[in-house]
Amino acid sequence: MTGNNPFEKLDKAFENRVRLQIMSVLMANERYDFNSLKELLGITDGNLASHLKALEKDEYILVNKTFVGRKPNTNYEATKKGKQAFEQHLNALEQLIKLQKGI
Amino acid sequence: MKEKELHDELTSIRSLMERSSKFISLSGLSGIMAGVYALIGAYFAYQIVYTDTGLFYTRDYVIANIDNNQGVLYTLMLIAAAVLISSLTTGAILTKRKAKRKGQQAWGKTSRSLLVHLAIPLVTGGILCVIFITRGYLGIVAPATLIFYGLALVSASNYTFGDVKYLGMLEIALGLIAALMPGYGLLFWAVGFGVLHIIYGSIMYFKYDG
Repeated sequence: MTGNNPFEKLDKAFENRVRLQIMSVLMANERYDFNSLKELLGITDGNLASHLKALEKDEYILVNKTFVGRKPNTNYEATKKGKQAFEQHLNALEQLIKLQKGI
Repeated sequence: MKEKELHDELTSIRSLMERSSKFISLSGLSGIMAGVYALIGAYFAYQIVYTDTGLFYTRDYVIANIDNNQGVLYTLMLIAAAVLISSLTTGAILTKRKAKRKGQQAWGKTSRSLLVHLAIPLVTGGILCVIFITRGYLGIVAPATLIFYGLALVSASNYTFGDVKYLGMLEIALGLIAALMPGYGLLFWAVGFGVLHIIYGSIMYFKYDG
């Protein structure tokens, strides 16, 4: 297999729809908090937390824990690495579409 | 991966990027209604401020003499308050309804950012206008409200439809022209808050409300 196969350029981390969605939000916004993310995506706490953890492990996102009054407030932002990976993934998707239209 | 799947993926990304950063449930219809209220308000104000000796006969200087005309000033402020409150109420109700339809939270991160960026210039302008009124500089109030409202729209436009920015710039331009022509404040006010709102509300309605 050569590196020209766009399927190979698709990022494994973004195979999951939720992770791709989280990354999209963090590309459009400097930072986003847990609860707003949960409302926006309409998924459960546990589901969101596990995907966030996976992205954090890949060093695609940074976690900032702060307190608003006495309530914990967790914010997420995309790292440089995460942004690059997302852009590459989008490029690969684009290439795939072009490829399929060409056939 | 099938082509349709790819397209769904890209559509979902695009929609999320927009929905997460912009409040797109702003109702165009509420803009139209705000314009209608403003024109009704302007009509009543016109009856009070301008006499029947001529269309453009102005009583600005009469009102400026607050001691003799306090009643007129209070009535005008009451009309302005009524227009503001009915516009805000209608806007809140219609926007909430549209948010429900679009599946966006009416009170969330994006609408909060929108309101904060709207409020900073608006509250500043409001306080400044109250200071002007108490000091008797009435001629500056109409231009100042238009200019500060325009600035508020420009600052809030990053968090909603980009069209709002151009409405803001039009309001600012109108406010500056109004400042050059003292005595015609009410007419500029009716154009800025009435006519422009109806035109922009209609554009937004047909572009996004459907």
